[in-house]
Amino acid sequence: MPPPSSRVHRGLVAGGVLLAVFTAAALLAPVLAPHDPLAVVDPGTPVALQPPSARHPLGTDALGRDVLARVLFGGRVSLAVGVGVEVVVAALGGVVGLLAGYYGGLLDAALMRLTDVVMAFPTLILAIGLVAVFERPGLATVFVVLILLGWTTIARVVRGTALTLKGREFVQAARALGARDRTILFRHILPNSLGPLLVAATLGVGGNMVAEAGLSFLGLGSQPPTISWGAMLADGQSDLLTAPWAAVFPGLALLLAVLGVNLLGDGLRDVLDPRTGVE
Amino acid sequence: MIGEVVRLVLGRLLALIPVLLGISVLVWGLSALALGDPARASMGQRADPAAVERLRRELELDRPAAVRYVRWVGRVVRGDLGLSLRDRRPVTAVIAERLPATVRLAVAATLISVGAGVPIGVVAAARRRSLLDHALMAGAVLGISAPVFWLGMMLSLVFAVTLGWLPVSGYGGGDWAHLVLPALTLGALHTGVVARMTRASVLEVARQEFLQTARAKGLSETAVLLKHALRNAAIPVVTVIGLGLANLLVGAPLTETVFAWPGLGRLLVVSVDQRDVPVAMGAVLVFALVYVLGSFVVDLVYLAVDPRTRRAAAQ
Repeated sequence: MPPPSSRVHRGLVAGGVLLAVFTAAALLAPVLAPHDPLAVVDPGTPVALQPPSARHPLGTDALGRDVLARVLFGGRVSLAVGVGVEVVVAALGGVVGLLAGYYGGLLDAALMRLTDVVMAFPTLILAIGLVAVFERPGLATVFVVLILLGWTTIARVVRGTALTLKGREFVQAARALGARDRTILFRHILPNSLGPLLVAATLGVGGNMVAEAGLSFLGLGSQPPTISWGAMLADGQSDLLTAPWAAVFPGLALLLAVLGVNLLGDGLRDVLDPRTGVE
Repeated sequence: MIGEVVRLVLGRLLALIPVLLGISVLVWGLSALALGDPARASMGQRADPAAVERLRRELELDRPAAVRYVRWVGRVVRGDLGLSLRDRRPVTAVIAERLPATVRLAVAATLISVGAGVPIGVVAAARRRSLLDHALMAGAVLGISAPVFWLGMMLSLVFAVTLGWLPVSGYGGGDWAHLVLPALTLGALHTGVVARMTRASVLEVARQEFLQTARAKGLSETAVLLKHALRNAAIPVVTVIGLGLANLLVGAPLTETVFAWPGLGRLLVVSVDQRDVPVAMGAVLVFALVYVLGSFVVDLVYLAVDPRTRRAAAQ
């Protein structure tokens, strides 16, 4: 990782550009998609598993649906889950972390033991277990499960910064001037915790996208007609031999989108905190 | 000195207790939630209410939750995880059957990630800021970002389908050729993490003064890094290798699904799909235990390898 300097951080820019492209593609999916992502496009002709062509730039899937259109619409789901979950997670984990770090004591101990337990499970394993509890798999379930599991990382990060910050002079000064806890927490500690929180949340977005795709790939996430890259990969796997495009492109999209998020997160970390290395 | 080490190990053991308690409560709670009312579930909607009531009492569902939890823990400790809803076999037996395949896969993936990741990190550090360094680190980020299931399919497309060098999927009765692609797939992500960590810690150490001395003696940069820096960089690398357990366990259900590998991850996915709650929760419990005990062992290795952590922990 190149050290931060006055020059532009290359990873940061690359990640930002990748992410901007994917966001634009997702937002403009209805305009950009050459066909209806759910419809069999050329009924009557042998349309299933057509190789990429001018009419279908990325080919068609086993049901004769346009892969490009599905990749574009799948991006909406992936980004919506990735960002949507992380917004809730950042708010929830942020508040928990602030309270635990600032007040300490029993509250801190209880909250941190709780994060210990949640973190004692590999995320996807517990996510799969949680899906079993819900009657029906689906995007809503994925959303809830990822929120239940995701807040711990943010809570740990914010707790750490809050713990350091509350001993610093400017916070002591604010307290000496008679500032209330709420003012200190939200005017002094929170703004100074935003850097680490932003880095953790950015990397969290990528984690959410991978988890959603993983669950959907396993058949435990989004269900048809919702289009998810993970589910497209699962569908494409059976035709890998004859029609690799049905699996190659949704996976490539996921890879590039997650790569964009990771580069952005790493770049933010380098820029915001020059001391931290990798991991 | 010995007494101090014993005290530290005991302390670590004690710290395990709340985590294990939490895991057990969580898994028990999840299976209770997922099962709903097992008496009604096993007898059907139109069963005689009196018979359902009898079964409920037989299954002790009329007892308070705390009592049921304690009894459940008692059974789990004795290795009784209940019966599979599908074929009525003991869950422990079903899991024991699948565990070796997952362990084999995880060990192979770990060897790959360490065997490839550490040299990549050292080379990148030795040639820092060179084109090679950037290329290797770009590869590492790519490996970290690639979804394991997609990577597995692509490897299988190239090496199994197109080139025909390796089998597409399956366990092959323990045949080595069947292990290569799943292990590469599972190891890829962690190779990236190990490579980055190795590079970062070698560079961190390389800044320190004793290395300047080694350089001043006229040793080549590679020799300096290999002989002096790598040894001192070992601590963070060991941690990351240990943490890799988490990556491997998370990747297991996906990799095993792609390659039809008959391991614990596949078992978990299938049992959730078939709503075989006892098997699913048994698998979740085993995964969590392996993970927690794995981190515990890493902690101990840490204490053994680095005297500084011993001193820090003692204070």
